[in-house]
Amino acid sequence: MLEWLSSLGITEVVLQLMLISAIMGLSIYFTLYTGMFSLANAAFMAIGAYVGALLSTQLDQPLGVCLIAGALIAGLIAIPIGWPVLRLRDIYLAIATIGFGEIVRIFLINFDNVIAEILRNQTGERVRYELLGGARGIRTIPTYTETWHLILFVLILTFLITRLHRSRFGRAMAAIRQDEKAAANLGINVVYVKNVVFVIGAVIAGAGGVFFAHLIRNITPSMFGFDRAVDILAYAVLGGVTSWIGPIVGGLTLTGIPEILRFSQDYRGVFIGLVLLLIIVYFPGGLINPTAWRAFWQRVRRTHA
Amino acid sequence: MLELRNVTRQFGGLLALSGVNLTVPDGLIVGLIGPNGAGKTTLINNISGLDHPTSGTIHFQGHAIHRAPPHQVTRLGIARTYQNIRLFGELSALQNLLIGQHLRGQASLLEAILFTPRYRREEQALDQRAHALLERFGLAQVAHVPAGTLPYGDQRRLEMARALAIQPRLVLLDEPTAGMNPSETRELGEQILRFKADGLAVLVIEHDMSLIHQVCDQVYVLNFGQIIAHGTPQTIKADPVVIEAYLGQEETE
Repeated sequence: MLEWLSSLGITEVVLQLMLISAIMGLSIYFTLYTGMFSLANAAFMAIGAYVGALLSTQLDQPLGVCLIAGALIAGLIAIPIGWPVLRLRDIYLAIATIGFGEIVRIFLINFDNVIAEILRNQTGERVRYELLGGARGIRTIPTYTETWHLILFVLILTFLITRLHRSRFGRAMAAIRQDEKAAANLGINVVYVKNVVFVIGAVIAGAGGVFFAHLIRNITPSMFGFDRAVDILAYAVLGGVTSWIGPIVGGLTLTGIPEILRFSQDYRGVFIGLVLLLIIVYFPGGLINPTAWRAFWQRVRRTHA
Repeated sequence: MLELRNVTRQFGGLLALSGVNLTVPDGLIVGLIGPNGAGKTTLINNISGLDHPTSGTIHFQGHAIHRAPPHQVTRLGIARTYQNIRLFGELSALQNLLIGQHLRGQASLLEAILFTPRYRREEQALDQRAHALLERFGLAQVAHVPAGTLPYGDQRRLEMARALAIQPRLVLLDEPTAGMNPSETRELGEQILRFKADGLAVLVIEHDMSLIHQVCDQVYVLNFGQIIAHGTPQTIKADPVVIEAYLGQEETE
């Protein structure tokens, strides 16, 4: 199996990155499933990655501690962010959360300089201060992440999601996506549900960030910018958000395809674009979408009849 | 049971409701009629918490609800339907009724994840009640059909069933018979009378006078945001002010 994958260009590291993308796809699945167009997941991934990397590089903590702390702190930061931001809807929510992502990125870049400046003002002499590493980020993070960690984490997440969908809370999420006002008039506390969902998404993204940092070993703020936010959205949208299988398939394929297409060298970008275009045209509701497949087969049958 | 005092709602320069006083007594069916744009839906939105009055008070069983968010109003036992149906279209009829019972459930998310006996018992009970409601409204065959693809009449009935799923003490119906033929209207009237038999109070917005006569104990007439008449269906029908504002207009059409 692994040999076959690596003959396609999918080495173990690529497979691990694919699984991390699946985790990120699942993190945005929660908000999208509740009808919230939030693009904050890259920022929460950054928070998880930095918290985890600091704990392992500065304090020699094991992966378990890094994971819990990274996920928890991402979730804690999501609480005060969600409260004001989730009053917004649709594209306005997207813009506000992109703004949050920029704040996090710029904070990470400038943190060391600001602290150094404060110290200089206090002591009166020039001080070198290095914790987050500015634009160069944190380096030589231990490689803790193993493939089975990621597979296990995805399995746990999917189990929790299937249980969630059969709960009152999960039904409230679907109701809010379909009609917020009707949901409120049925007794659902819309603001509460949205905030909890936002925090759940942040916790998962934070965990994804910890795994990511301990896989690629060097992290910089620019890895978690707008590009990453859009990538994460693409996993969910291309896979489809009608079920949790969608974001997983989306994350795996969108991260795997560029590697498989590596043989095409200079034309790689063109191929990737073409694949995306085909998916969007023929599967507007995402790859994992029963109605889209039915329509697709009907179209195939008609053209061959 | 429900008491509106001096309720005024202003949208910029427009006075949608102006000093409305209205009471829905325990266990009675109260009708609210009035020409299009009179402010009927605004009134229901203000009671159900989707909108809030600029001034005036709304009390339900002693609780002031004119500043309460919709989910808290619902918690006190007020359910509603909408003029333009607002079902969860992608979800099945059954799921719509399960969501309607949101407040009936106690089990936390953790219990659902752990699949505890309490959670399973509760889900079973919710499921049974949902099926009973589907049965009552003649929707048992379409339990698993997405609500958005149901025929119009079924959607109207499902929305009523969903309002009942809350186990309310007061139901607000916003033009429940819109788009229905006379025999369907009559059937729906019988459903509304059954609400009363079950001890519920009802506030119903209607254009169909035959339904008003069939079900209502009292009628309020709203015109340009003001209550212009109040009485039994018979006295309202004979009131010259009402005939001029509302009924007369209809007859000339």
